Amino acid sequence: MDLDFTQIAPSIPYILKGLGITIQIVLAAALLGFTLGIILTLFKISKFRMLRWFADGYTSVFRGTPMVLQLLIIYYGLPQIIGFEITAFPAAVIAFGMNSAAYISEIIRAGILAVDKGQSEASLALGIPYRPMMKDIILPQAMKNILPALMNEFITLTKESAVVTVIGAMDVMRRAYIVGGQTYRYFEPLLIAGIIYYILVMVLTILGKAIERRMRKSD
Amino acid sequence: MIKVTNLEKSFGRNTVLKGISTEIKEGEVVAIIGPSGSGKSTFLRCMNLLETPTKGEIWYRQTEVTDPKVDMMSIRQNIGMVFQHFHLFPHKTVLENLTYAPMTVKAMTKEEAEKIGLTLLSKVGLAEKAAEYPNRLSGGQKQRVAIARALAMSPEVMLFDEPTSALDPEMVKEVLDVMKSLVQTGMTMAIVTHEMGFAREVADRVLFLDDGKLVEDSPPAQFFTSPRSSRAKEFLEKML
Repeated sequence: MDLDFTQIAPSIPYILKGLGITIQIVLAAALLGFTLGIILTLFKISKFRMLRWFADGYTSVFRGTPMVLQLLIIYYGLPQIIGFEITAFPAAVIAFGMNSAAYISEIIRAGILAVDKGQSEASLALGIPYRPMMKDIILPQAMKNILPALMNEFITLTKESAVVTVIGAMDVMRRAYIVGGQTYRYFEPLLIAGIIYYILVMVLTILGKAIERRMRKSD
Repeated sequence: MIKVTNLEKSFGRNTVLKGISTEIKEGEVVAIIGPSGSGKSTFLRCMNLLETPTKGEIWYRQTEVTDPKVDMMSIRQNIGMVFQHFHLFPHKTVLENLTYAPMTVKAMTKEEAEKIGLTLLSKVGLAEKAAEYPNRLSGGQKQRVAIARALAMSPEVMLFDEPTSALDPEMVKEVLDVMKSLVQTGMTMAIVTHEMGFAREVADRVLFLDDGKLVEDSPPAQFFTSPRSSRAKEFLEKML
């Protein structure tokens, strides 16, 4: 067995620095994905057929093609169309955000459908218009139901973000790979990257459980 | 106050209401009874357009409710509704359940809405539950809150859709008592119910629906002692 961490120990801070990039990409993509996801959901439950078609088509395409392909299209392919370069960070955020939106919109839609129909009937009977009904009555209850699924999507996003390596963003994964190339030892740096991702996911899981508990206070 | 003419409602090929005409006058208390599946809940739900009628007309005062261009939201503010399964907002406290609609729809200030809310809660005997969440209440308490929530919009009419059917027997009375006190205030009410004693005691008129048709429309004294139709006779024999 040939395992030697002493050689790569000085590079650990270098790998850890990638955590900042990873977290920035994930947070920005999650925010974009959540916002787009809500808009797509509203399209999906809208009474206008065109909006429903658009949202369903969007979801179908983004779920039906590989994530890494979407990333490459935005990073390498899009500049050809729009005429200017996109750097790795925004390309990653756009790709992950748009991909995540497809999944999040399905999660939220299911959550809204799971809210008892009586809630919207009670709101209608009180004369509450659609917008405040959605915002104050239906969505808060849907959010509570879907929090575990949403947290799961967030965790998936965190892990999948390692794919940005292929477009050269200096995240944890990329840095571990570079250290491997410099020292000709790949196992140790990649193991360290794995541990970093695992701890990150565990922290998110614990955080998710804590939020869930807080939101269940009315039960 | 509410005038219904030739009301029909189908769900797909299933026709639930087959031409109902009647009128509910201001201050009147109307009990709507009939076997299950007779269309009484659907009839009630058509009045505030929770169900869209297939045919016929409904007028609320000077407004045609069945006109596709009607501003139903403003009409619904005047028509309170109480459901069999309460449908309180579970993520809001009891008091918030009462204040939400007046603040949102009528742009009432929080102070004003809470003042009205607390007054109504004490009227239904639940002032001490203001800060609780609905899931901490019993069925009877939930339904009393639901009544108070509807009243918080100061409606002109109250629709009750089997308000005691989902309750344990020992909780029926507390809800009926609240409804009785509401009758005494002169509120116009339409009540779908299986509580025959209650209907007989408080109703000015009984509407008996069977198979989507209005079979009888008579004062309770007459309906319960000498119903005209054989269907109503059969029904009452089973119920009493």
